[in-house]
Amino acid sequence: MSKLKYLTNGLFKENPLLVLVLGTCPALAVTTSGINGVGMGAATTFVLLCSNVLISLLKNLIPSKVRIVAFIVVIATFVTIVDMTMKAFVPDLYKSLGIFIPLIVVNCIILGRAEAFAQKNTVFLSMLDGIGMGIGFTLALGIMGSIREILGSGSFFEIRLLSQEAKTMLLFVLPPGAFITFGYLIAIVNRIKSKYNI
Amino acid sequence: MAKKLESSLKNMVLSLLFISMGMSAALGFVYVITKSPIENSMKKAETEAIKNVLPTFDNDPTTSATTIEGLVYYTATNKGNPVGCAIKTFTDKGFAGHFEIMVGFKSDGTIYKTVVLDQKETPGLGDKMKTAWKDQFNEKNPANFKLLVKKDGGQVDAITASTITSRAFCDAIQKAYDGFMKNIYSDLNKI
Repeated sequence: MSKLKYLTNGLFKENPLLVLVLGTCPALAVTTSGINGVGMGAATTFVLLCSNVLISLLKNLIPSKVRIVAFIVVIATFVTIVDMTMKAFVPDLYKSLGIFIPLIVVNCIILGRAEAFAQKNTVFLSMLDGIGMGIGFTLALGIMGSIREILGSGSFFEIRLLSQEAKTMLLFVLPPGAFITFGYLIAIVNRIKSKYNI
Repeated sequence: MAKKLESSLKNMVLSLLFISMGMSAALGFVYVITKSPIENSMKKAETEAIKNVLPTFDNDPTTSATTIEGLVYYTATNKGNPVGCAIKTFTDKGFAGHFEIMVGFKSDGTIYKTVVLDQKETPGLGDKMKTAWKDQFNEKNPANFKLLVKKDGGQVDAITASTITSRAFCDAIQKAYDGFMKNIYSDLNKI
């Protein structure tokens, strides 16, 4: 049970986006639809998982004075791998995520987990942490994207709920909608946390 | 647990060298694997767009693509007869600046169809140009169809609340038409 804790930690209790408030830049920018949110989350999860595992494998080989440099090299490599793979096999998703794929390099979640968790823990725990945090991030982005898509374009994962002509709340697919949704989600999560003492 | 390496100059240089080398090898490997799928998918997207804007053709227009003054011309033939020319055109006058569209012209200069390639217009307003709105250009010949929105004295119905986008769309088509008449028209009709 105790090991499971590392996996579930990122899902809710320390959800990277809604509790730790890390990685908000891509979260606000790409969640214009559910599929974009999940795609971004999946890409981040892959990078997070790989970099966590590799960094905890190499942790004794990296002198502490150059650790940030080494982490960035590792993370940048995995991001470039994701970038090329997505370009090759899912060009449409790649096009709509655009600049935010390369920007995963500077996503605070990944460097933050490397620094705060992977370099101090074993490979297995780092892997669990990477998966948990990644899924937590994906969930948060997916929920945010779905809410904005339903309210803003009247569809859910590209399945139309309303007719093409229906008037929807355009504001939600525009940047202000991202902030409004984000604010409400954080408020809801905080409410649940304080009510059930998680 | 093994002891962490000490931060001496030698250790730092060696460990960074080791990590960079390992990572470059991994990158090179992925680059080789993904190189041809990336090229294929880009080519497929291009061919797909050309297919959408021209009548049936049987050659591979991407091989004969020529770029003149920023516009890309793809001429298509069916059994050796020219069917028309797809032109990748652009405008910088959109609400969010630059966007690209592909316009298909039949040999006589009539617009066959148009397709939006790459755009950043406002979601829900300007990006309605991707919908049935653009069909009003189909089968129109810019020689007798004024490519201006009605507000400016032309014949194009602007998208409600997106006049700037509509103007930019017309601008891109006009650019393609001018290029077509200047560079392609005489080639296609030289018989």
